[in-house]
Amino acid sequence: MLLIHCPHCREDREEEEFSYGGEAHIVRPLAPESLTDEAWGDYLFFRKNPRGIHHEMWYHGTGCRRYFYATRNTLTYAILETYCVGEKPLVSASIVSTAL
Amino acid sequence: MKKYSGFSLFSNALSYHENWQKIWRSPKPKSDYDVIVVGGGGHGLATAYYLAKVHGIRNVAVIEKGYLGGGNTARNTTIIRSNYLWDEAAQLYELALKLWEGLSQELNYNVMFSQRGVLNLGHNLQDMRDIERRVNANRLNGIDGEVVTPERIKEIAPLINISPDCRYPILGASWQPRGGTARHDAVAWGYARGADALGVDMIQQTEVTGIRRQNGAVLGVETTAGFIGARKVACVTAGNSGVVAAMAGLRLPVESRPLQALVSEPVKPCLDTVVMSNAVHGYVSQSDKGDLVIGAGVDGYNGYGQRGSFHVIEHTLQAICELFPAFSRIRMNRQWGGVVDTCPDACPIISKTSVGGLYFNCGWGTGGFKATPASGFVFADTVANDHPHPLAAAFDVDRFNTGALIDEHGAAGVAH
Repeated sequence: MLLIHCPHCREDREEEEFSYGGEAHIVRPLAPESLTDEAWGDYLFFRKNPRGIHHEMWYHGTGCRRYFYATRNTLTYAILETYCVGEKPLVSASIVSTAL
Repeated sequence: MKKYSGFSLFSNALSYHENWQKIWRSPKPKSDYDVIVVGGGGHGLATAYYLAKVHGIRNVAVIEKGYLGGGNTARNTTIIRSNYLWDEAAQLYELALKLWEGLSQELNYNVMFSQRGVLNLGHNLQDMRDIERRVNANRLNGIDGEVVTPERIKEIAPLINISPDCRYPILGASWQPRGGTARHDAVAWGYARGADALGVDMIQQTEVTGIRRQNGAVLGVETTAGFIGARKVACVTAGNSGVVAAMAGLRLPVESRPLQALVSEPVKPCLDTVVMSNAVHGYVSQSDKGDLVIGAGVDGYNGYGQRGSFHVIEHTLQAICELFPAFSRIRMNRQWGGVVDTCPDACPIISKTSVGGLYFNCGWGTGGFKATPASGFVFADTVANDHPHPLAAAFDVDRFNTGALIDEHGAAGVAH
């Protein structure tokens, strides 16, 4: 069971209150009609899926009902930070690997 | 390889079972191979076996970072069925089921394949419409299946609760009598023994750390035991497929998720079939040892941790108790997780790649065990001929760019 800090509610809450929203910071193509099939398939289906640091979306369904971002280690499941939509992550894979 | 038989059992009994042959060698890796299979799970071992057996390619190594069959092969709930909706998937899983039916004889190794039948329950009108449609599609594909009433379900699995008064009443089910279970470890060991006898090297405790390429083609793999050259590299690494693909600069449309399963304490025989339910979200069978083998859906988030969240198994057991009120007093013994690589359309990727001589067999998600023989068979063919096997062609990774997806979410035993 993960304990997730909601940056909107400013509380640590149990995982059951949240649902997962997949990889974060994916930008919708501005001109989808002019994309190639490769680029469109890439946007729809291809995800980073790292073994390690991952920026991802979560939705606080039984709380504030808002989306936010989390930086989580997909191997240890440690949540390193959560932050609001529009903000930039403070932790990234390169920062963590230099710290090690 | 010495053949297993009643006579060998008897003669080994005379020497207190101390002289059984090792079931595979553990050779030092050669400097290069025709084909390297990365990943020594069921699918990888089956691939190596069929490369050697059907295609005569015997200069093959299986490189495994842990031990053979120690990943998802050891972690699944061993359910086998072929009642998939779409033609492409149905034909692939049906090939697997046909191979399962002769596998113990072919491998001279008892994989304990038990055709005890599989029930997929329907709990509402839409479930029943989907079941009717799927059973009709199965029959058109020559796959056995029938739609059964709650009374017939009760005959098949007497402990099940078909009361119309419960929260999710059972309205019917699809029934595939040829489905069933097999012994997961024996499948890996049987294929490993068969492949080893044909000259395939099993390299355990050796992790692939890189894929060396030159001019867009593979040269071999970097491993913790040094560089090993290969004309072709076939990756069958389940949950870690994305990580291995990244070693060759490729991306795959898979996401790795923890999938949990659990077993109860052993009890006397009480369930001689497999019961699955999409709506209440759980599946259960009873092993030959007597423990109930229970599973459900994947955890909600990406993860490589081989463990999952407690509330997921709590939810699973709620479903099992809903179906079988008598099981509510059974204690659970062990729980574990495996890392499954899920595809957006819940179908596998069996594919060549943009790198010459590099092949991927992955994306089996939550249901790869049942396909083990066919997965190895068609992948070996694809690797040997550098051209997709007819049954594998539809599972090319290109489908995520062309849009020709095979949406099998509906036929999975549980929601993904």
